[in-house]
Order: sequence, then structure tokens, then C-alpha cells
Amino acid sequence: MTTGIESKDVLKVAKLAKLQLTEEEVKRLVDELSQIVGYVDQLSSVDTTNVAPLDHVLDVTDALRDDIVISSLPRESALSNAPKEDGETFLVPPVLG
Amino acid sequence: MSSVDYQLVVGLEVHVQLKTLTKLFCGCSTTFGAAPNTQTCPVCLGHPGTLPVLNREAIRLAIRTGLALNSTIPPTTKWDRKNYFYPDLPKGYQISQFDQPICQGGELKLPGDETSSPRTIRITRAHLEEDAGKSMHDESSGSADSRIDLNRTGTPLLEIVSEPDIRSAEEAKQYLTELKLLLTYLQVSDCNMQEGSLRVDANVNLHLQRGDELVATPIVEIKNLNSFRAVERALVYEAQRQREVFEDTGQRIGEAPKQTRGWDDNLQVTKVQREKEESSDYRYFPDPDLVPIMLPESWVTELKSDLGALPAALRERLKTEFGLSQYDADVIVNQGPDMVAYFEAVASNLKDAKRASNWIQQDVMRTLNDMEYSLADFSIKADDLAKLLQLIEAGELDNSRGRDVYQWLLDHPGTPEEGMKALGIASVGSDDLLDLCKQLIGEHPSAVSDFKAGKKQALGAMIGAARKLNPNANPGKVKDLLSQLISHED
Repeated sequence: MTTGIESKDVLKVAKLAKLQLTEEEVKRLVDELSQIVGYVDQLSSVDTTNVAPLDHVLDVTDALRDDIVISSLPRESALSNAPKEDGETFLVPPVLG
Repeated sequence: MSSVDYQLVVGLEVHVQLKTLTKLFCGCSTTFGAAPNTQTCPVCLGHPGTLPVLNREAIRLAIRTGLALNSTIPPTTKWDRKNYFYPDLPKGYQISQFDQPICQGGELKLPGDETSSPRTIRITRAHLEEDAGKSMHDESSGSADSRIDLNRTGTPLLEIVSEPDIRSAEEAKQYLTELKLLLTYLQVSDCNMQEGSLRVDANVNLHLQRGDELVATPIVEIKNLNSFRAVERALVYEAQRQREVFEDTGQRIGEAPKQTRGWDDNLQVTKVQREKEESSDYRYFPDPDLVPIMLPESWVTELKSDLGALPAALRERLKTEFGLSQYDADVIVNQGPDMVAYFEAVASNLKDAKRASNWIQQDVMRTLNDMEYSLADFSIKADDLAKLLQLIEAGELDNSRGRDVYQWLLDHPGTPEEGMKALGIASVGSDDLLDLCKQLIGEHPSAVSDFKAGKKQALGAMIGAARKLNPNANPGKVKDLLSQLISHED
């Protein structure tokens, strides 16, 4: 089944996902994505005229909590997984504007 | 170009931080001003394996706002992920609402003023979403890195989107002022622009008449609008800029990508930030971590009955029940619910509500301004002001002596009567007043004959003299008694 996934589609998604791909990877992903999208496309063949959209697979609604403060992490723990920090904040490459 | 030959078209997106104690999906505090990264947890830090759990209070405040804006509250609402990368967004997506916002449609009525008539601005929608963190870049520190504080991450925002119904910079300001007032009355947000609890983006373009054709310029989104004044100025600037760009390029809507520009408050210009990503580039999809929310009609009805008096209704009440002008009603309502309650408490004890309105606008509001007080700190309670104005109404005091008592009340604990006593203001008994007037008539024969000859203003000199003889004598009463006595002399 042809789904019309081309390398430009892969490159666009890669750009949005901030991924750098080699030419080979692009080729491989065109194939893989075509298969996935093709599989999903099969679903379109089902007539869903009278079926309500499914927003969630669980038959559960209203998982709500009350507005009560619980203690936050100590700052040291919050920062502990960061590649770079200054004891107060996370450090990242410069963000301008 | 000689005169304005275009129509400005504006839609506003207002991000309102809701006044909850905790974040939208976790129990971290939302208190402003805490030390960086002391209000975070694995959920708002976006750690793998954590699950968001929705704050009921955020839903309540959103519905409350929607009801006040005449929005439709749907039976269910759901959550979507908006995907983009930015260092202050730890998860790589923002939990937001795409196709089933909590408030659908609606309107905001602008009351109008001396120069503009009332208008209705339609609301497209209002949806809930989580706030991002804060990036700080201090160039002077010499550090090459930006610093990220994630305390704000996950704070509930309600984004209120208007239709492009706004037609001038002035009207944009009126819309924001009225919306802020409404949110203040609803107690859903602090609406503090300095602390970022109210943020505004504007979508702007122009409609130009070209022969028989109505031409629209490409839409520009303006960000970084940090005050209502900035909104007004940015819109005036942007209209001018788009007009000039259109003259140069002739580009119409659709012929150039949507642009995002930032307002530079120092230079008073908008600067290009980026070409707007198409909406689909955010690759919205339903968030599998969050189940849909039912909004039962019974809950919505209960919230509706609990809305309280809102600005538009209060203006009407002050006009119809107390006989105030549109202007006076506006001034008092714009001061907030506490001032309206204060006014009503004073005015309902008086024959003339206008007297309460005048004193509140001229004296109370000036005092609050000068002393940077809120009404809660103000030492003259409504009962005291009502009593003072009753004394004036009864002729026990004139306005100027009344102001002396008002000042005394500001400086001392006590009642208006105690103030009068302390200031030596005694009401003059009718016998004393009669004696005083008889003495005046005896001492001013020429004024008396002038008055008899029809010169009403001849009494002026005698009233002045009365004040010297007895400063407590009420000039109004002296005048009435004098004219009575003189008229009956014949």
C-alpha cells in the first residue's frame, strides 16, 4: 500500500522533533513511517458515520484533585538531574528574546 | 498619505493566571516571588513516569469566567498536547485544549463613555492550559548560559480569545479594562500585569478600500505587550507600519506568512520575532495521560447562581436605584466591589445619593490615593461617613466645616459628633440663631432696605458678618431666617 510518505515529510517531522538524520536514516524512516501510516490508514476504511469520537481509551472521567498544596522537591533534588545548573537555576545554551 | 483610509482590525488573546493555590496538574504552590526552582516536583519538571492530576479549582474558576462572558459550557471538555521545544517547557509539550475548550463562544459588552458608544465584542473561546517556566538571560553577567526557573511551570492559565471585532487602539484598551474589571469582580485572577498574571497578545491587520474591493493585509501577532498602554501604542504603531508595507509591497492576506512581532517599549516599535508556525506544526493530539472531564449541568447551574453582582449589572443598579449618572456609576464600579459596597452603605442612609457619590469621588478616593491605602485600611468606615453626611444633610454642618470633621476623623479615632465637639463646632440653637439674625438686621439697615427693594444678593454681606459673629452658624439657615424675618417686617 502506498501512503505517499516522502523523504520531505520525514525531514519536516525530523525538523519539528529537532532530529538530525543521515540520508540512510531518512530512507529507512520513509519505509517505516509508510508502514505505520498505512496500517493506520486501514482504519479509514471503516464507516464511522454514527460513531462518537473516542477521546480516551479508559472508560473513566473526572479524575480531579482538590486545590491543596503539597510540599515541593528540595531545590537540590529538582536540579540534580540537570546536565548543567548553578545551584539555583537550570543552565541552558543562551535563549534570546 | 493624507488621511486614515483603512480600518484597523484587532483580535486579542488574553492569558489569565487563575487564582488557585496549586498548579494545574500537581500540588506545587503557585505563590509568586519564591526563590527559583523551589516550587517544582517530578510532575511539573516533566520527569518520565509521572502522571498529571487535574486541579478541580481551576475548572471551577474557568467555568465561572465563561459564565460571566456568556460562553457556552459544554457537557465535556478534554486535554490535548501542543508540541514544541523551548528550554522553559520541560516536557517538550504544553498540556492545552485544542478542539473542545471549556468555554465556547461568548461576548464582552463595553459600556462606552463620553466619546464612544457601547459595543459588544464577541468571544471565540476560552481554554485552560499550563504556563511555561521563566528564562532569564543576563548579558552583563558574562555567562554564556540562560538560567531557567521552573516555579511557574504548570500554573493554570485561561486563554480568552476574542473575535477580530475590535476596531481601534482605544477600543482594545476599553476591552482589556472591562475584562480585567470583570475578572477582578469574579475573583478568578489577581490580574497583576507586573507579576505576569495577565498577559496580552494582539492579532492585527488592516482592511483597505481599493476601488470596489475590500483588501486585507497579512495578519501580524504582537507579543510582549506588558501594559494596556503598550497595547494601545503598539496597535497605533502597527497600523501605520502595515499601511506603509502595503504601499510598498501590495501584499495581501495569504500572500505572506503570518508574522510574530514583539513590542519594544523603549523604542516604541514592533520588531519581527519569527514567521508564525502553522497551527498544525504544533501537532496537537489528545493527551493520553488525562481523561475527559464531565461538566454536569447541575454544577454549571450552581456556579451560575454564585456569580455575584458583576460590573455591568452594578452600573445599572447605581443608575436606577441611586440615580447616579453613567459617569459617576462608572467611576465607583471601576474602583471594585469594596467601593461599591462602601458607596451603597453610605448612600442608603442619605436622602441624596449624589452627595455620597461626590464625597467618595472627591474626598475618599483622593485620600486613598494620597495615602496609597486600600479601602480595607481606610479609617473612616461607611457608617461614620454616612453619619457625617447626614449631619450636613440636616444642616448641622456646611460642606466646608464637614471637610474639617472629615479631616479630624482621618487623624483621630472617634465619631463625627465627637469630631464636631473637638473642633468646637456646636450646632447653634434656634433661639441663638434668632438673636443673631435680629442683631444683623439691626446693624445692616441699608442691606435690609436693598433686600426689600428686590436685591436678593444684599443678604450676602449679612451672611458674611454672621460668620464672624458666630462661626458655627450655618450660612444656609442664617440666609433662610434673615429673608423670613425681613419679609415679615412689613
